[in-house]
Order: sequence, then structure tokens, then C-alpha cells
Amino acid sequence: MAGLATVLGSGAMTNTIAEIEDSSCILAIGTSTTDAHPIAGYRIKKAVRKGARLIVANPKAVDLCRFADLYLPIRPGSDVALLMGMARVIVEEGLMDQKYIEERCENFDEFKQALDAFPPAFVEEVTGVPREKIALAARLYAAGKPASILYCMGITQHSHGTDNVLAVSNLALLTGNLGKVSGGVNPLRGQNNVQGACDMGLLPNVFTGYQRVDNPEARAKFEKAWGCSLSGAPGLTHTEIFDAAYNGKIKALYLVGENPLLTEANASHAAEAIKKLDFFVVQDIFLTETARLADVVLPAATFAEKDGTFTNTERRVQRVRRVIEPVGQAKPDWWITCAVARAMGAQGFDFNSPAEIFNEIASLTPSYAGISYARLEQSGGIQWPCPTAEHPGTAILHTEKFATPSGKGKLVALQYRPPAEQPDAAYPLVLTTDRSLFQYHGTMTRRAPGLDGLNGEELVCINPADAKNLGVAGGDLVDVVSRRGRVKVKAKLTRRCRPGVVSMSFHFAECPTNVLTSPALDPVAKTPETKVCAVRIEKL
Amino acid sequence: MYEKQILICAGTGCISSGALDIKSTLAGELEKHHLQDKVRIIMSGCHGFCEKGPIFIVYPDDVFYCEVKPEDVPELVEEYLVKGNLVERLLYKDPVSRQTVVSHDQIAFYHKQYRQVLRNCGVIDPENIDEYIIRGGYLGLKKALQMEPAAVINEVKNAGLRGRGGAGFPTGTKWQFAYNSPGDKKYIVCNADEGDPGAFMDRSVLEGDPHAVLEGMLIAGRATGAAEGYIYVRSEYPLAVKRLRTAIAQAGEYGMIGENILASGFNFTIKIKEGAGAFVCGEETALLASIEGKRGVPRHRPPFPAVEGLWGKPTCINNVETLANVPLILRRGAAWFSSLGTAGSKGTKVFALTGKVNNTGLVEVPMGVTIRGVVFDIGGGIRAGKKFKAVQIGGPSGGCIPEAHLDLPIDFDSLTAAGAMMGSGGMVVVDEDTCMVDLARYFLNFTKNESCGQCVPCRLGITQMYNILDDITQGKGKPEDIELLQELAIGVKKGSLCGLGQTAPNPVLTTLRYFRDEYEAHVLERRCPALVCRELLVYRIDAVKCIGCERCVKACPADAITGAKKEPHVIDPARCTRCGACMEACPKKVQAVECVSDGSAALSQSKEGSTCRT
Amino acid sequence: MSDLITLTIDGRPVQAAPGTSILRAALDSGIYIPHLCDHPDLEPVGICRLCLVEIEGRRPTVSCKTPVEEGLVVRTSSADLDLIRKVNLELLIVNHDYNCQSCVKNSKCQLQKVTSYVGVDEKSLRRVRKPELDHPLDTSNPFFTRDMNKCVLCGICVRTCDEIQGDGCIDFAFRGTRTKISVLGDKPILESACVSCGECVARCPVGALVPVKFEEPAYEVETVCPYCGCGCGIIVGARGGRVVSSRAVPGNQVNRGSLCVKGRFGLGYVNHPGRLTALLIRKDGELVEAAWDEALALVAEKLNSYKGDQFAAIASAKCTSEDSYVIQKFARAVMGTNNIDHCARL
Repeated sequence: MAGLATVLGSGAMTNTIAEIEDSSCILAIGTSTTDAHPIAGYRIKKAVRKGARLIVANPKAVDLCRFADLYLPIRPGSDVALLMGMARVIVEEGLMDQKYIEERCENFDEFKQALDAFPPAFVEEVTGVPREKIALAARLYAAGKPASILYCMGITQHSHGTDNVLAVSNLALLTGNLGKVSGGVNPLRGQNNVQGACDMGLLPNVFTGYQRVDNPEARAKFEKAWGCSLSGAPGLTHTEIFDAAYNGKIKALYLVGENPLLTEANASHAAEAIKKLDFFVVQDIFLTETARLADVVLPAATFAEKDGTFTNTERRVQRVRRVIEPVGQAKPDWWITCAVARAMGAQGFDFNSPAEIFNEIASLTPSYAGISYARLEQSGGIQWPCPTAEHPGTAILHTEKFATPSGKGKLVALQYRPPAEQPDAAYPLVLTTDRSLFQYHGTMTRRAPGLDGLNGEELVCINPADAKNLGVAGGDLVDVVSRRGRVKVKAKLTRRCRPGVVSMSFHFAECPTNVLTSPALDPVAKTPETKVCAVRIEKL
Repeated sequence: MYEKQILICAGTGCISSGALDIKSTLAGELEKHHLQDKVRIIMSGCHGFCEKGPIFIVYPDDVFYCEVKPEDVPELVEEYLVKGNLVERLLYKDPVSRQTVVSHDQIAFYHKQYRQVLRNCGVIDPENIDEYIIRGGYLGLKKALQMEPAAVINEVKNAGLRGRGGAGFPTGTKWQFAYNSPGDKKYIVCNADEGDPGAFMDRSVLEGDPHAVLEGMLIAGRATGAAEGYIYVRSEYPLAVKRLRTAIAQAGEYGMIGENILASGFNFTIKIKEGAGAFVCGEETALLASIEGKRGVPRHRPPFPAVEGLWGKPTCINNVETLANVPLILRRGAAWFSSLGTAGSKGTKVFALTGKVNNTGLVEVPMGVTIRGVVFDIGGGIRAGKKFKAVQIGGPSGGCIPEAHLDLPIDFDSLTAAGAMMGSGGMVVVDEDTCMVDLARYFLNFTKNESCGQCVPCRLGITQMYNILDDITQGKGKPEDIELLQELAIGVKKGSLCGLGQTAPNPVLTTLRYFRDEYEAHVLERRCPALVCRELLVYRIDAVKCIGCERCVKACPADAITGAKKEPHVIDPARCTRCGACMEACPKKVQAVECVSDGSAALSQSKEGSTCRT
Repeated sequence: MSDLITLTIDGRPVQAAPGTSILRAALDSGIYIPHLCDHPDLEPVGICRLCLVEIEGRRPTVSCKTPVEEGLVVRTSSADLDLIRKVNLELLIVNHDYNCQSCVKNSKCQLQKVTSYVGVDEKSLRRVRKPELDHPLDTSNPFFTRDMNKCVLCGICVRTCDEIQGDGCIDFAFRGTRTKISVLGDKPILESACVSCGECVARCPVGALVPVKFEEPAYEVETVCPYCGCGCGIIVGARGGRVVSSRAVPGNQVNRGSLCVKGRFGLGYVNHPGRLTALLIRKDGELVEAAWDEALALVAEKLNSYKGDQFAAIASAKCTSEDSYVIQKFARAVMGTNNIDHCARL
């Protein structure tokens, strides 16, 4: 997010899901698309049917590999090395789009110099992938006109996640794939409305539409609209909030629809932090593990019980409509928050409907300015930026210029930095996390009849060679231990994991994988490194 | 120099009756008599007269020995090769005139044939390319390479060659389509998936003259612009596969296959794909799917394979016999070829003649010869003096042609008009002892199991017709069944997706057309006039003739016969399973057991409510 | 856009885009031609043989595989065509479990539609031999049941799995009358590579593939799937205050009529008995039920004393944008802090 925004001016998917189908080369890195984003997966498969080349780079041989022309089993956390290594091949072999670089990019010379640090031998060493395969991947990608890059948490959830994202954008800029139909850099956002949440300013440093809180003009606009004075100091991020709570700096927490005991990196730390709070309000649809620790629990409505909008990973704003009445005392989240605000005597929270809220959003957010419920009713969805009521919305970003001050896309000279936590004698294996097709974060899917039947328990996937060394057989119960915690789980032997790497999902409260994961943060995006942590496996 | 050559047939038929043992015995015997340098043994392809195999011909004398066994070899060597005396008992005897015949040309079976496609079968060593070349092989290719592709196509068009695989589509036109279809890559596919039970025309050509097929493919490739060929051959034909592989290798060594063939700049390679024996894979689109590694099921046409075939590329698919005709057309000219046959059907056709005729085997005749000519002149008439009833032409989905049509000329259009079809050339002769309803049932049993199951009429319709025919032969037919059969047959024929379904009803339609009385006898009178349908038969003992020997009583497996010694025996129809054991047990001089079908059987059954299904 | 092609079907002029099949052109113009194996999302195969038509100057052909051409004169009915359809339909009916009353697809079944068009004569039907239908039910999948006794082998599920899902885990198996749709090794569907997306269930024209415990919704509402960031358009069905069904919005630009297992079958959590239906307040260490007024007063009172940076709010990326907007406004405008974040990074 933060990474893309600095170099391209926007952190969202540059193209649409439907366009994937007509790419002639797809590089899927750090995404198990057919599991985590099945519908985008359909498009990839369709593209392959139509003759597209598919390159999959992932520490685990994910399901998508079945359709791939080339699979690169990279070591966890070696993405920058891989992508810069590919860029080096492209530059050395003159496969880049020279005209595009001259017209639309900046900083090429510095970037080119940085490639010196990525000779094939080094890249091979760091990624664990033979140099020939990397060169082939570079050539396939450069030959693809247009070529699309898809990525997901496998890129962002690292202590150098921002670098990873920049490396991805470098590759796309170098080959002139940004601003083109069926090209682009396409982060597949995890949650249904993670894009909308970001757009709405559910971030410590920006208001809606990424208007910075430390920008006095922006602040003045919101102060005027909301009739109050606002802080210009960026707030704490998700992970920092728990640290601050742990340290006693945060005393009251209002938690909506979150279950950090399951999803937070180093989850046992989060539990400790919560226990230190003076006042803890949870608003959720279930009495989750976290909610049980609250002072007040407010029952919220599900998506089926309220009106509103979701903005999907391709920036498409779509209408959510109430299907049934909220159960019991449950109320829509906006209604509850407004009620709390009014109870505190605040002004500006007497909305009667989500439509009224949306109108306020549109009035304060340039990229949403042209969108209204009336338009959404007719069109079935509008992609922002949509600045005016006549604007049709924007399917592809950066078609003419980038949203940066110079209007150019910046090629960034990157260095390779290893993951914050490296395997050692005590913790010799690398744990990476992934997601099952049949589960989500667990709060919902575990309670949807049938889904548990398809994938009802956590398993730690281990390469048979590692398992042999550990004396572990498939189905054995093992302890997975990291510097932060330990979980008990059944072992599954699979060659999908490369030797030295084990993987787990994080859907199951009875086996909270995230007590193991590393809280090392990316310095820019503050995203924790859940995708790499050092563990050992103890046979029980 | 060899003084004599001995041709031993090494077709699949003769090999299974001992040809390889004959060869090894012969080699030993020749050595014994120090003749190994004077007499050469050639293992040839099929001679077509499989009924009389193994066949053993001595050249240049042209002495035709048949039904030779390994133990006959010492005598043949000693008497004939050493002393020069004919071994009378191993010569062919004409079944009609009872005359002994020495030369194979004099044998009626061969005499009336006109062997063009089979010209080399039984004459050359199929594993030796030189023998093919000596007899004019690859001259057709050479000529084709000197011509423009369009001229080659014209030659084939002018010859009037029509596809021998069944449908009779003009080959030149098919080539023209493939030639006209734009494509960076084109294919020639040889359909050698000969699936009709009892048919072995293609196998014999592949085994006896594989180069003729390769040459045909090469010429087709030259004409259409294809550079790759596939031969789709059943894996049940291991000998054909082996000889094809040998032939491809030898042709490669001689520069007939590969790059820059005969220094003409023309490239062509041939691969063999072995099929798993599904009948429907003989259908061209199913065949292509099978080569592509998919489930072998037909697809809708258009697009025709000539436009979108193998892996979506223009593909020309020709049957083995069609391709074997091609070198001849190029070598001897379109005018020569079109001088053979009828107005609409040129050249010759090979048939697998089987059933109740005296001479069974492979026969090749010019188009237009009458059915009578094949069945009586070449086939030598019906066995055991029985009466001719019908001939099923065109394999399991061909039609039954009755006696009234014996003088029908054999060509594509006449056969189709009579309700049969050329098919790939199966010809099964049946005599008066065959029940036509049962025969139709038999053929439908085959096609119902071989339907790919994809399209509704074929999958369900053939089985439905089979079930009705099965009921009729068991005396459970209903009066409305005949009309229902007719409706179903038309529905399946007109409604099915591919040739299998479109032709599978032919046995029903033709038997209904020519032998409706037999259906009516079964359905309305519960009678099987041919005394075939067991459930409709009654076995009785003539009390006057019976000598009371109790042999039938002992023979009966169902304890249905009662009677004391020297007293006339009686069969209890309720217990009788109509197995016929009593009839066989009854002394030949007595013949007291008689079998009739007069409608009483079904009656007794329905009373007892018992059925006996075999 | 290319120009439309004009043809005549049963004497009526019909217009269609080039490449459209005659069948689709007819259906789009309100002319019904019976069919079972054709589906607008899939490549036509022409295997049910019901949509045969006669085109002047040609042999009868299946209209689903024949593209429109300028000036074609098409007839959808004739003595021959009627006979073929009748034979076809009678065969299908006797080879199909015809317990329509207990079938989920009753009144939505394509075979019923064909039947009512072609017309079936009881007397004629009685002549046809009826086979025993004894395929065992496949109930292995938690979301849908496969009843091969109701299958008409149109192959729509096979093509869906291949063309839409891209997995191809089901196919025709065996030959002749034994033909059926099966998975590798003829095992229960759950033991195959099937990912339970239900795309085949959504397209099955008869009752062979039906959801387990299907309840006909009383009404449906178009909304957006609550799971991943794709944001598929779904139509949620409800009755009696419960969510009972979910299907894809046909024209949605994101999912184009498709869904995954979660979007189609994973909405049951809305009706889960464990849903939080009451407000809870911690009293003496225990969470006890409370009323809205009481709870709001308590929260307001408490939060009033933590204004500024000792307060933080964390919201969810599952909430609507309106929910999100309100809570960040609350944190900033009411609580006076930018300590507001969500799980975007997770």
C-alpha cells in the first residue's frame, strides 16, 4: 500500500480482475490465488486457456502451480532478490521498454546501478532458485505484452514488505506494463472491504481518500466539515496500538469486528496487552475469543443485515443491501458508533441512513466525489477515481500519467535485506502462513455449516525430507515452537513445501498459528512479518 | 541365385494357424537337403484366403498348397522340391467341382478377383522395402513430387476415388478442403482403427503392404501441404504396428520419409498412435480427440477436420484402403483408375467375406460387381447346400440385403439405396438357418456397447431397440413393438451426432424392410421360423419313431424327459430348457426328436411364468 | 460493433450478432427451441439433439452449433424433427427418475420445459422399456448431492468444471447406456479434486445436482459477498428472517456469474445460533446482558474520560465503508486522536 503510493501515487490494484483474462503473461508472486481469491483464480485459468504464460513464485507449491508454465520455489523473504534479479536480466538483455522508461519513468540510472548488487550467482544463492529459471521468468515476463503481476500477502507481510512492493512495481515500469489494458501491478486485497476501509481513512495517517492528517489544508477541510479541531499527528498503527496498550500508554480500546487473539502476529502478546487496558469495548457478530475479554460487548449486524458499500480490490464501489433484519439486539456498526458519539454529546453523527453517510464521504473525498447511491443502483459498481457525477469511473490507473508529483513512475534502487528472523540452530525451520480455500479468518467460516467438513483442522505442512530428519510421520501430533510461543498441531507431509520451510494457515482458534509469528514491522507500512519466522518442530 | 522362392503367408490368420512353425521346419528341412542356397523363404502378407491357411506357394512354378501343417513340410520338401512330385493332398480342391487346382490363379476364389489394393499382399516381403520398390513402389510419390499440389489433387479428383472408410466422401475434394484451409501446420491422419467385428481389410494391407499406406500418406501430405502424419492403429494389431514401424524406419533410411524427400524440398514425418480399441474412435473426430489424449468421443461437424482438426489445425483423415489406392492412381493415372468401377464408384473394393459361404477370406473386386458375383462366384456359394438368405454388408451398422437383391451392383450409392452401406467392407453371408430378428439383436448388442454415450438418441435409443429385439426373440414382443422399432430406428438414425448412431439402426431398418414377416411371426404368433430363438421352440418326441432307448432321458440336463425303456418318451414342455441335447442324443437312424416353433412354446411358458435366458 | 445478421426462424425475422448460434438467436428473440445441453456461459456441444432445426437447403442440424447467417431460413418444427424429439424425449424420460413432486428442481427443470413443449403421450410412453435406475446417491459433499438417476448427461457440469472453474475434475465415464458423469476412479465427489465451488450445481438443468437441504427463498436481494477482496456480486435469498441461498449476479463485472465455495455455500454463519444477539456488560467480572441505553451510557461515560491519545480504535475491513467512515470520524472528531487503524496489513 504505502510502497505503491510513493512510486505510483496510488496503492490500489492498477487494473481490473476481468482484464487478467487477456494478459499474455501473468506473474503471480506471493499469492495462492485459487485458494484466497478464487474468482481472480478463474480469470488466471481462463488466461492460461487462452494461451497466457503463467509464472508462479512462492515458497510453497500452491494450487496455482498446476496451471503454471514456470514455478519458482523461492525461499521465504527472498522476493526482492528474485525481482531485482529478473530486472537485471531484462536490462542486460535489453528486453525493457526503452521508450516507456524515457517518457514515463524516472530514476532509471540509479536503479540500473543498484542492479549491480544482484548478479545471478547471488540471486540464485538467496532465492534458492537456479539462475536459468530466473532468467527464463524474466524473459517470459518481458515478452508478455501485456504482462500482469498479481501479488498478495506473500509480498506485503514482511519486514521489508514495502521493498517487495517496490520491486514489483520496478519490474512493471521497466517493461512498460503500467497503464496498459491487462497489464499492471495488482495487489489482491485480502478482506472484502480492505480497500474501502483504507479509502475511508481507517488508517492512522490519512483521512478519506488518502488525504494526509499532517497536511494542514486537508485537516482544515475536515475540521470545517466536521466542526471540530483535529490532531495533525499521525496515530499508532494496529500493531503499535497493542504495544502501547501493553506499555500502558493506551488505556481504552474500541475494537470493531476484529479477533486479534487469532489474527495478530505474536498473538499472546496481544492478549497480554488487552488485559492491561482500563476499558475495552468490542463490537462484533460473535462472542469471539477476544470479545470474552471485553468490558462491554456490542452486538453488530452482519453484511446481510445492513445497507452500505464495499470497495473491492479493483477499486470498485458496490452496494451492499440488507437482506434480513439484524438478529436480536444487533445493530449496524455505523448505527452503534453514531449512538455512542451522540451519547457522548457529539455533533455530526445523526445520520439516518448509510446513504447520508455516503454523501458526506463523497463531499470530502475527491476520488469518490462522483459516486452516489443513485448511480450505484444503476451501474452495479463504479471504480474510483470518479471525480464527478458524469465521470464513468476508472478501470485502469496511470494510463496517461502517474499520480506522483512529477507525473512519472519512479524506479527505485533497492537493496536486498534478509527477513528479520533467520533460522538458526535452535529454530532451524522457516514458518510461512497461508490461507485455505475453505476457510477465512475463521470467525465466519468456522460457523458456516459444511466448510469445516471440507477443511476442519489446522495442519503443519512439512517437506518429507525434513519430516524424515525429525522422525515425523504424516498425521503425527507435533509442537511448532517459535521464540514467541508454541502450538500443537498435526503434521502433513507434502512436497509442496520446499525443504527447510513449513507452512500453516491461521483459521483455527484451537490452534492459533499467530502466537508463533514474528511482529517485526516493515519500517514504512508497519506490516508485521507473518510470512517468515523461525521455528522448530518437536515431535510429541 | 535362388532357383525357387517359397511364399509362406504370415498374415495374422496364418500365423495363428502355425505359419511360423512351418517356416522354421522348412528352414531345417531345406538345410537337411542342402537346398538353403537354392530355395528362398519369403514370409509374405495376407493372401486373403485365410480359411485355407496356412498358405504355402512355390514360385516360379506357382503351385498353391493350402492348410499346410508343420508336419507336412518334410513331405513337401522331399516330394516336391527334391523329386518334383506334386503333393496332391495339400492342393486346393474346388468345393463345387471337386477338382484339384494347382495354380492359385485357377482357384475360383482368386480367379474372379481384381487385386489392386491387395496387389502386393501375399506377394512381397512386407518387411523389405526393396520388394515394394521393385514392384513400382514410391513411383507414385516421385510423380507427385514433380507435380504441383493442385495437380495432385486434381488427379485424385479425376480418378473419382471415394473414401473407403465407410462414408464414401470424394477423397480429392477432402484434400482440396485441407489444401484450401490456411494454417501454419497441417496433418495427415491415416485411420487404421478398423473396428468392425470380422473385418480385416485394413489389417491385411498394413501387414502385407505397409509401404503402400505410407506412400499414400506422403502423397496426401504433398497435396495438402502437411508435413506431419499420424497413423491411428488399434493396439490389437501388434503385427501391423510392428511392420509399420519397420516400414517407417526403412523409408526413412531411403529418404522417402523425413526431410527433403527425394531431394524435392518436401518434408514429411509419420508417427504411430496406438488406439485402445474403442469402436467409436474410428469416427474421425473421436479419433482426433484420442490422438490428442482426450476421451475419444465424436464432436459436431462443422468445423470439419480439414478446417479444424488435430490440435485445431487443418487435418486430412483417410482410411488405410483409401491411402493404399493413392500410389496407384498417381502411378497409373486417373484415367486408368476411373476405368474401373461404376459411374459413381470408381476403382475396386476389398471385402472381408465371412459367414455361411464356402470360401471365406479377403476379396477385392471392381466396384459394380454384383452381390451374387461375390457370394457365389468367389465365395463358392452357401455351405452344406443350404439356402442363401441374406448378406449383411457394411459391418455391424450395415444392412441386410435379401435374396431378391442378389443382383444389386456393389457400389456406394446402390448399397445406400438398398438400406445397407459400403462401410469398411464387411460382408457376412447368412443362410436359411439364421433368424433375422436375432441377427439384428446381435449387431445392436455390439453398437449399444460401443456407443460413446454422449448424445441421447445413440446412447439410449440403441439400447432401447436392443431391449425390444431381445424381448421379441424371447417371445415377449408386443404388437406395437414393430412400429416402435421403426420410430426409434428413424429417430436414432436422423437424430444422432455421429456416424455410429446414424448407421446403427440399419440392421433393424433393413430387416424390418425385407424380413418383416419374421418379426410378425415372432411377435404375433410367437414363432421363430428359423428355429433359432430358444424361448420360441418346442422339442417333441415322435411316439411312433421313438425306440425308447432312454439316451435322451439321460442327456436331458433338466430332467424334462420321462418314459420307461422301450416305451415312447415324452418331453415336459414346462421343464424343457430347449437346449437341444435330446435331439443330439437321439440316434441318427431314429431321429425321433423334432424341434418346431409353432407358437405353443410361449404359451406354455407364459402359463408357467418361467423364462430361460441365455 | 459489427452489423447484425438477419435471418428467418419459423417465418419470423430475427436479428443477431455474427457468431451467435441459431439457438441463442431464437431464444433471445423469444422463440423457444427445446434444448438441454446448451448453456449461455459455455461452449455448445450439440449432444442432447433436441435443438435440431431444418435449414432450407441443408440436412437437419443442431441449432446450438450452427451460427447465424444472413438470409437463412430456419424451421424449428417438421414431421421429421418432431419425431426425433419425441423419440429422444421418451428415451430421456424413461431413463430418468421422474419423481417430480419431490424434486428440488420441480417447476425449474429444463427437462420439464422440454416435455411440456414436445408433449408426451402416456400411451406412447408405455411402449418404451424402462431400465432400472439404481445409481447410488452421492452425498459425500457437505453442500450438494449428486443423483445420477436424475442426470440427463447434458454435460453442462463437465464443461462448467472445465471451462469456468478450470479444474476439469468431472467427466463422462464408461460407454453406451452405462455412461455417467464421474470423477477419476469413479469415487465419491469429495474424494476428487473438486473444490466445491458449486458452479455445476448452479447450472444443472435438472435435479441431478442440488444443494443439500435446499430451501426455496421467499425473496432475493442483490448484494456483495462478504469474504475476500474480489467483491463478487451475489443474490442472497431469505425466508423467515434467515439467509437460505446465494447465487451469483449473472452480469456482475467481477465474477461474471461465478462464485467460489465460500460465496455460494459459506453464508450460513449469519444464521448461526451462536450469533451475538444481546449486549453484554462486565459486572463483577462476568459478562451479563444489558439494554442499549445502559450500555451506551456506560461506554459514553467511560470514553469521555479517555479522550486523546490514550484512546485507540481498531476497526475491521469487513465492515462497510460507511461503518468505517463513521468510526474514523468518531476517533478523530470525538476522541481527538489519530489512533485508528484496521487489519489492512493482515
